[in-house]
Amino acid sequence: MSNLFDLVIAGLATGSIYALVAIGFTLLWQTSQTINFAQGEFVMLPAFLMLAVMRAGAPFWLAIIGGGLLSVAILGVAFKKLLVDPMLRHGVLPLAIATMALSVAMKESVKQFFSAEAQPFPSIAPSGSVSIFGSSVSLQSLGVFAFGVAAVIGLNLFLERTSTGRQMQAAAQNPTVARIVGVPVERMIMLTFVINAALVALASLLVTPIYLAKFSSGDTLGQAAFIAAIVGGFNQVRGAIVGGLAIGVLDNLAAAYVSTQYRAAVPLVLLIVIILFRPEGLIGRPEERTV
Amino acid sequence: MKNVWTAGLALLAAAFAFPAFAQDIELVDVAELSGGGATVGTNFKNGVDLAVEEINAAGGILGHKIVVTHADTQSNPGVARAQVQKALDSDPYVLLGPGYSGSVKVTAPLAAEAGVTQIMGGEAAELTRMGDKFLFRTSFGQQSTMPKVAKYMAEDMKAKNVAIVWVNNDFGRGGRDAIAKEFDKLGVKVAADISTEAGQADFAADVAKVKASNADAAFVYLNEEESARILKEFKRQGVTMPLMGETTLVGQKVIDLAGDAANGARAHVGLTTDAPVDSIRAFRDRFVKKYNYVPDHNGIKGYLAVTMIKAATEKMGKLDSKGVADALHGLTIKAADQPGILMDVTFDENGDIDREGFLVEVENGKQVIKQILPKLH
Repeated sequence: MSNLFDLVIAGLATGSIYALVAIGFTLLWQTSQTINFAQGEFVMLPAFLMLAVMRAGAPFWLAIIGGGLLSVAILGVAFKKLLVDPMLRHGVLPLAIATMALSVAMKESVKQFFSAEAQPFPSIAPSGSVSIFGSSVSLQSLGVFAFGVAAVIGLNLFLERTSTGRQMQAAAQNPTVARIVGVPVERMIMLTFVINAALVALASLLVTPIYLAKFSSGDTLGQAAFIAAIVGGFNQVRGAIVGGLAIGVLDNLAAAYVSTQYRAAVPLVLLIVIILFRPEGLIGRPEERTV
Repeated sequence: MKNVWTAGLALLAAAFAFPAFAQDIELVDVAELSGGGATVGTNFKNGVDLAVEEINAAGGILGHKIVVTHADTQSNPGVARAQVQKALDSDPYVLLGPGYSGSVKVTAPLAAEAGVTQIMGGEAAELTRMGDKFLFRTSFGQQSTMPKVAKYMAEDMKAKNVAIVWVNNDFGRGGRDAIAKEFDKLGVKVAADISTEAGQADFAADVAKVKASNADAAFVYLNEEESARILKEFKRQGVTMPLMGETTLVGQKVIDLAGDAANGARAHVGLTTDAPVDSIRAFRDRFVKKYNYVPDHNGIKGYLAVTMIKAATEKMGKLDSKGVADALHGLTIKAADQPGILMDVTFDENGDIDREGFLVEVENGKQVIKQILPKLH
């Protein structure tokens, strides 16, 4: 029983990171119909930016701020201005392919500048463990889960309770009407890219101490988060959260009770089941299109 | 007139013959320079380069300069095979690498067919049991190390139930099979038999399974980066059981990556830069001076591989690519004669080595030698 509890806690911690990354998928899709296949590499890069700031002699806290700001500038503003805007006018598919190319370019660039070897990364969560229901639970797992949940709650409050958040939702739901009623749609779209960049920077900060900083570390994360976004519901932030946590826990339970070799297949099986029987996702909305 | 022609022909022959005196010794190193084995391949490459630089600075081998080119397997056996085929097309004197046993397994038949000696870093037991007369190790094979590890766990650690965590590739499977056989002989029960994947990032479930097995100790046999990740996960989940490995678990790169999570891990190590051997310490200092980091055992493997070529060629007294393998079989290289070999070593007819080994524990982020295990013969 304590084994199951350990697995669920560790799964929730990983799942909260998947959720942060999956939210980015849904935000970008809702506001600009962007499917970012470089989202995994977006999680990989901030850790290296923070390491670069640390190597310049800055303490860890300053590296977090510096690396975070650089991430927002590169993965938020520059990504939108230099890649999304020019490509989106050619359609969703060319943009999706361009993000695949971006993914390869980012991996190779990091490999070139930082070497292909994994590198250690400090943790913001404390080490050690606490006893919960007779089971020893790591403070790092709890810390990652707490940070992840706090970020998600904060984002939801921002979207639901603030004027800017509601304007962002309006821009996502119907940009034409939003423009008519005076919502600065372009600025709202840019804001979603900035929020996505901040979320992936946070995910990077939380996951890299566990996975280590490596140019290829975004591969698994990007795929898991993409599946989480679809399973939860691609058009709902809440769906991405549910999907992320579900995939995190399911992945751990599959590794423990099915087999390590097939652990990667289990979320894919869930994905197929969801697409066949509930294509809008666990808590997504059905979308109808007419011609 | 006849004399003029004769003199002309003699000059022409001399002109063509001259490059033969200055002929370079061309080596190709096919290593894991990217992908999951980047630590392995990069260390091996740097060790090779350091040895080549030192030997060339001292006048080369029999007066011939060594030239080495490096190719990347991307830690993928398929790519390794293609790179080795390409390397063999250039007719190298000797082929170096790869480091991953799976890549060695698929490339060794190519080198053997071409009659080119291959000096590699793989440790899977089966590699030197394939009847390949051109393949040589730079470190112990699993058939030599696992009996020592199992005996230590049974007798010194007093472990009666052991969890085995291994990586599902040729290296890991070979180690798992070898140690399970030894545990069986010693009456040690395998409480959990956990396979993991190469490149795996998340070890939460695997460590939870080790915890649930209530084993007295765990034998962890993974590649470097995965070793670091699982050590961090053992610490995260508060696992306090003794952890034992073979070489990789306590490698310098693993210690650097895992930080204080590596403390307490123990392993049998064939090659370590922390060995209390003057020649190894001097090698370590030269390596650190050149590359600005402490190498792991793979750095030593690369360095030794080039020295093996030097010793074999000097034994033959001539450059003979086809004769290198024969010269190495049964050869004992003494560090007194070839300082680059670092410790006395003997090669048997299968290409396996016999050398001193070490029992190591990580203390305060450093490898500490607990025992020196002598040469078998």
